Amino acid sequence: MAKIQSSLKNMVLSLTLISVGASAALGFVYEMTKGPIELTALNKKLDAIKQVVPEFTNNPNDDMFMLPTGEGDSLEVYPARSGEEVVGYAVRSYTNNGFSGYISFMVGFLPDGTIYNISVLEHKETPGLGTKMVPEGTPEKPEFKDQFKGKHPADFPLKVRKDGGPVDAITAATISSRAFCEGVQRAYNTFEKGGMK
Amino acid sequence: MNQVQNFSKGFIKENPILVMVLGACPALATTSSMINGLGMGLATTFVLLGSNTVVSLMKNLIPDKVRIPAFIVVIATFVTIVDLVMNAYVPSLYESLGIFIPLIVVNCIVLGRAEAFASKNTVWSSVVDGAGMGLGFTAALGVLGAIREILGSGAIGGFKFISGDGILVFILAPGAFIALGYMIAIVKKINKA
Repeated sequence: MAKIQSSLKNMVLSLTLISVGASAALGFVYEMTKGPIELTALNKKLDAIKQVVPEFTNNPNDDMFMLPTGEGDSLEVYPARSGEEVVGYAVRSYTNNGFSGYISFMVGFLPDGTIYNISVLEHKETPGLGTKMVPEGTPEKPEFKDQFKGKHPADFPLKVRKDGGPVDAITAATISSRAFCEGVQRAYNTFEKGGMK
Repeated sequence: MNQVQNFSKGFIKENPILVMVLGACPALATTSSMINGLGMGLATTFVLLGSNTVVSLMKNLIPDKVRIPAFIVVIATFVTIVDLVMNAYVPSLYESLGIFIPLIVVNCIVLGRAEAFASKNTVWSSVVDGAGMGLGFTAALGVLGAIREILGSGAIGGFKFISGDGILVFILAPGAFIALGYMIAIVKKINKA
């Protein structure tokens, strides 16, 4: 078959055909992957919640509610219940002051406001420095975020030592450590103001 | 040129990244570990195979004056398919490659092969060319990722073989340039010999 001429009719026809074919293929793949993508996102969120609050039996995603931060926006709060009793709250918090900007966290509180655990959801911090805020430590070899566990922000000011607080910053990553504290503080402020404590 | 040569040229002789230095942006940015490099390479290979096949099938139906927009629509379709499929089935890899998956659309290798090869050759030759170029790119990214992972985090494929940290600079962008520079030098030496 000879190559078709570059006439207006041919150009319009061929581009239209290609676009129709492309949209059909994309529509098909979108429908096919829609379910798995939603499931992955939900599982990722539930995993983070599981990590930061004591064991629960409900589905925190269904009970999610929003609490205003007092700074003009709101945070998502996921209550974790075991039977009827509330065992903790996971608060999805954030900060814009990381070394590379936005960081989001899932901060878990016990009903009295004590920090149970913290999980970093998204970040762009420097590999090998700021990324040390992510891993979970062991009792023998504690990591950065382990120092927050079991502390109550009311008597454990969320400030690094350089700013006069009790938090040991990550070596060479004070900005990331500061941002981490800020994100947790935002979660706590919201939690406290919401009258959850 | 027979098909064996057509396939193998992508690895050393005309390697897209090490000889033609195309697609350097994803090659530098995503190779902080071997798995990431291989994942990026395979995603690009799939897009190359798809776009080379479709472009060479349709080469007589695409008028010359609109060939670039036509190629780009075909390429963008395959990239979006890869993007959706990776998001659904390999979420952790999808997350670490991030923005570089959609950016395969503007990867010079893909458009370059469509324009320079697939639009002038038979379907079978184009498939072989796409596979060779794609796997050559994947191999280069895998090696680059492995070098950076070994030196930068003292690990390979996620398994740490030394305790403690590696040489931090190899995880960061400058290390990618240094390692890629050495790889280009070695391939240049091989090609000259």
